[in-house]
Amino acid sequence: MSRLIDRRMGFFLIALFIAVVAIPVGNLVMEGKPVASYVVQLSGKYLCYALLAVALDLVWGYCGILSLGHGAFFALGGYAMGMHLMREIGTRGVYGDPVLPDFMVFLSYEELPWFWLGFDQFWFAALMAMVVPGVLAFLFGWFAFRSRVSGVYLSIITQAMTYALMLAFFRNEMGFGGNNGLTDFKDVLGFDLQSDATRAGLFVASAVALVAGLLIAKAIALSQLGKVLIGIRDAEDRTRFLGYRVEGYKLFVFVVSAMMAGVAGALYTPQVGIINPGEFSPANSIEIVIWVALGGRGTLVGAAIGAIFVALAKTFLTGWIPEIWLFALGGLFVFVTLFMPKGILGVIEDGWGRIRRPTVRKEVTP
Amino acid sequence: MTAQLYLNGVERSFDGFKAINGLSLHVTKGELRAIIGPNGAGKTTMMDIITGKTRPDKGEVFWNEKVDLTKTDEAGSARLGIGRKFQKPTVIESLSVEDNIALALKTDRSVFATLFARRTAAQEDRITELLELVRLVAERSRPAADLSHGQKQWLEIGMLLAQEPELLLVDEPAAGMTDDETMRTAELLRGLAGEHTVIVVEHDMEFVRALDCKVTVLHQGRVLAEGSIDHVSANPEVVEVYLGR
Repeated sequence: MSRLIDRRMGFFLIALFIAVVAIPVGNLVMEGKPVASYVVQLSGKYLCYALLAVALDLVWGYCGILSLGHGAFFALGGYAMGMHLMREIGTRGVYGDPVLPDFMVFLSYEELPWFWLGFDQFWFAALMAMVVPGVLAFLFGWFAFRSRVSGVYLSIITQAMTYALMLAFFRNEMGFGGNNGLTDFKDVLGFDLQSDATRAGLFVASAVALVAGLLIAKAIALSQLGKVLIGIRDAEDRTRFLGYRVEGYKLFVFVVSAMMAGVAGALYTPQVGIINPGEFSPANSIEIVIWVALGGRGTLVGAAIGAIFVALAKTFLTGWIPEIWLFALGGLFVFVTLFMPKGILGVIEDGWGRIRRPTVRKEVTP
Repeated sequence: MTAQLYLNGVERSFDGFKAINGLSLHVTKGELRAIIGPNGAGKTTMMDIITGKTRPDKGEVFWNEKVDLTKTDEAGSARLGIGRKFQKPTVIESLSVEDNIALALKTDRSVFATLFARRTAAQEDRITELLELVRLVAERSRPAADLSHGQKQWLEIGMLLAQEPELLLVDEPAAGMTDDETMRTAELLRGLAGEHTVIVVEHDMEFVRALDCKVTVLHQGRVLAEGSIDHVSANPEVVEVYLGR
């Protein structure tokens, strides 16, 4: 096995591949639709969360930057795609304006604000879904890391960042649909968003993005730069005195991670059919941290598993007894922190190791 | 005589307390120098100033007579060729012993160079050579967290040497070492002097004696006495503030 696709990654990719084949086939090809359409849509959403978790694990698990604002990068990516989908609606809106989205007509906009220009092009929106979170992460990181803000202080200002963005996006004057956000999307690249085939396509696209994200993150982790990141996480001062400008490394990984989160957001919006300021809420960002901790911090694959696991649990529990979901989530986090420091992945691998080799410890070979 | 490291009239205070108060120090290239002093004498602050971690309030700090060290940061001083070993052994615990050394090897430290860096055969050889020197060949692929305290000290020394520094700043290398390890460390540092400049900050008088070099005594942020160990230990002021206690 190669280093990039180790056993852990291999198993995950195989499982993902099976799901990517089985779910659309069950929905589109097989008689009697054994896989319901909403399952395809939900699965696609879970994969977006998984990609978001991988993005956070890259900065938190490998570089020790506990970002409690990653939801902001996800939401910005989501808004970039949402803006394109709004412009795709065209004359099919309630007011039938060929250029202005409905909420702008309603708020008596005379013309399209400058920052909406270009979003009629899909490629531009897709690019902005990465560039906007990347630029925000760069500016934020530039100031924070150069001033050597770290640890809990950094976590707090990342929370403040996403909270400030939430308040800003709630305002109608911002020009992003205020409270209601962006919704009533019709199609993407000419494909009807309500059709099963488009949903399956978005699901597969999410899976492809997740695999790409995992492989990019893994390649970074395996490179010499990845080792510098671990050095920063374990012994920041040592790494500085070895001659590495820590702030540059943090900035790099923070920007890459933000762009990855942006892609996840861009794939999320068309699948859930709405993007609103609630996505910036601080609680969302904290939940991402729980996914990663639960799945296994610093493992990438574990982060993806954690995100899917929590999302599944949330779907079931909120359908069953909605009141207890937040308690369950909090309880889960406490349980994992106390009893499963290596997360779900750690438990699986330890268990597997005990089954295969009850006594012999694995020898490390160079 | 030209000074590789030149400190003149350096002052630095923290909340009104003068940690360094008119410190002047000249260290020539290839010299081995021991710096001793009681707690609070300003030894750590002095090293922080030399490595750019702390900026002095006043005074000059020059490297090789032309580079102003008050204008650099930690990474900058490291790139100039100043290597620092901490008192508490500080290695990167979750990386293997080999990777710790590899990270310290003298290479391009820029972000993108590191991202695409491939380890060359020459680097592999250099790593092996250094591991032999610090006697950690058998531990090569074990995580650094598994090493004993003394082994971590040695690994950190190995990392320091991997940087190929011109000046080594070594903070209490003998702390927590066995007598045998202490003597081996003294021998190693003596061997390094000449090719490198070595400044050792130390408490252990036996160890300083074993280093057999010029000694600077710091007290209240300035130099109290300088000379051979016998010379400084005969100084009544030194006896009073440090040795006599």
